[in-house]
Amino acid sequence: MSLEQSDNLVVEQAQTLDSGEVELPAAVQPWTTWKRLRRNFTAVFSIGILVILTVCALAAPLLTNNAPLTIDPVHRLRAPGVEGHLFGTDYLGRDVFAIVLFGGRTTLVVGLLVTAISMVIAAVLGLLSGFYPKVDAVLMRVVDGFMSFPSIVLATAAAGYFGPSVATVILALTIVLIWPSLRIVRGSALVARELLMVEAGRSVGVPESRILWKYVFPIVRAPILVQTSFIFSAAVLGEAALSFIGLGVDSKTVSWGSALTEARNYIQNAWWIAVFPGIALVLTILALNLLGDALRDILDPRLARR
Amino acid sequence: MGKYIRRRLLHALPTIFIPLVLVFFLLRLAPGDPAVQILGDNATPEQIAALRTQLGLDQPLPIQFLLWLKGLFTLQLGDSLFFHKPVLELIPAYAAVTLQLTFFALVIAMVIGLSAGIAASLLRGKILDRGIIGVMVFSISLPEFWLALVLIFVFAVTLRWFPVAGYVSFDEGVWASLATLVLPALAIGVRQAALLTRMTRSAMLDVLDEPYVTTARAQGLPEATVIGRYTLRTAAVPVVTVIGLSVSYLLSGAVAIELIFSLPGMGKLLVDAVSRRDYPVVEGSVLTIAVTLVVVNLIVDLVYAWLDPRIRLK
Repeated sequence: MSLEQSDNLVVEQAQTLDSGEVELPAAVQPWTTWKRLRRNFTAVFSIGILVILTVCALAAPLLTNNAPLTIDPVHRLRAPGVEGHLFGTDYLGRDVFAIVLFGGRTTLVVGLLVTAISMVIAAVLGLLSGFYPKVDAVLMRVVDGFMSFPSIVLATAAAGYFGPSVATVILALTIVLIWPSLRIVRGSALVARELLMVEAGRSVGVPESRILWKYVFPIVRAPILVQTSFIFSAAVLGEAALSFIGLGVDSKTVSWGSALTEARNYIQNAWWIAVFPGIALVLTILALNLLGDALRDILDPRLARR
Repeated sequence: MGKYIRRRLLHALPTIFIPLVLVFFLLRLAPGDPAVQILGDNATPEQIAALRTQLGLDQPLPIQFLLWLKGLFTLQLGDSLFFHKPVLELIPAYAAVTLQLTFFALVIAMVIGLSAGIAASLLRGKILDRGIIGVMVFSISLPEFWLALVLIFVFAVTLRWFPVAGYVSFDEGVWASLATLVLPALAIGVRQAALLTRMTRSAMLDVLDEPYVTTARAQGLPEATVIGRYTLRTAAVPVVTVIGLSVSYLLSGAVAIELIFSLPGMGKLLVDAVSRRDYPVVEGSVLTIAVTLVVVNLIVDLVYAWLDPRIRLK
């Protein structure tokens, strides 16, 4: 009997032993999750919004002839629909429609990278922390320290050190967003550590690394997947907020947040500068939050009954 | 109890210390010289060198760190490099604004969040419950700074009910002062209210499913007693956690709102100080925020124990 088979046997036995005793968190089977996701209206709706927004961002040059950063003082503050500007123009005469389309690219890049980097780090550290009490003792103090650290100081310092850029924003947001995910992964790993199958695996001499990867990780995968959606939404919000207060992307990059910066000064006579990038931002965050809620409903049947 | 509080405070020391040390090194390793910031671009190298000596910036970093540690333990936080006033005299005025803002935002969040959450849980699955959930999910997705712009457009520019921006202190008139805080408090309160609604609803549902609630109902206790005496108190534990998180967030995270409404609060002080390389003010602000967070967490823990005697103060 190969090691692979013996592992599976142990898992099966452990699960039989466990049935009815401990509430096992649902292990994610990617295919089942996808099938259930397709039947969930909220999930389909939010994925639909996200797909449309992504396509608009990627196809931006096909959808508009205006460049988002072209300054045109003669045609500044034009109302929506006037002179071929669907969403109007801002205080420098830049086309707001183009800003919304191209700004979506910044949002996507920052959101994807921040989510990917922070989730990988959080997953690895969270598993280790949940599994090894010694690592946990040290790591949790670090987490507390970072979480009580005003993220704005970090962002300001990062912007001062590296200069405002997309990379700086990604770095600052990643450092801020690792910790809540780490806590969630750790919490699930702590539960998984106590499962009978883990004990059973240990008793027949399955290597520690294999226990982590084969028994614990599949259980921790569900909360990670749910968290991914929320971290993406937090990253989108964070990028917009940082760019809004001038600590985010540089002036050569279009972003929904930086588009809103000057909107306050022109809100009396040019509401469209604030409204259209804002709606794009709210739609993105809303869709990601809805998707997260739907994933949680699907992956955690205990909550789904609500 | 006293022993517990002492131990908790001792335990909190790393939580206060780690951010401070991080800030110390982040600031000093980041480019930008306070002496240049103070003297301006036209200063001669001699003037800059003299000021650096005066400020102690010419010392090696480890020496600076030790001196800074000594100052920290004797609460000598130094003078602001920009305002030329002791940091400890500077901070209270800014902290007062942030505290007022936090207080009003929290009142908004708690009034809306608790009532909506409880109502939704008692009407589980009904139209009102679904409506509340819909509004809540939408509100959680509203960026505060964008909501602030919308509020300014509707209530300040169009309806002219409140000032667009600016701050009036309590001494200059209570009503005028309140008027300047309504829109900023709403802008940050709405999202916190939505988060609180979600937690209150799910905590209430958890408790309503407990067998002892069924027992209480089976014994014929009036619904008001079942909810008021048996449910609310237990459901309050996770809700208090979220309120604590809200307070922490409001105390340190309202930078964008303070900038939009030109409120002279801690967030604005902090951002300005970082861009001016005003080290003592940044360190003083971070210390203030970190200590406040520790106190808030301690209060939350004490409230837990009061709400649920099963949670022992170990």
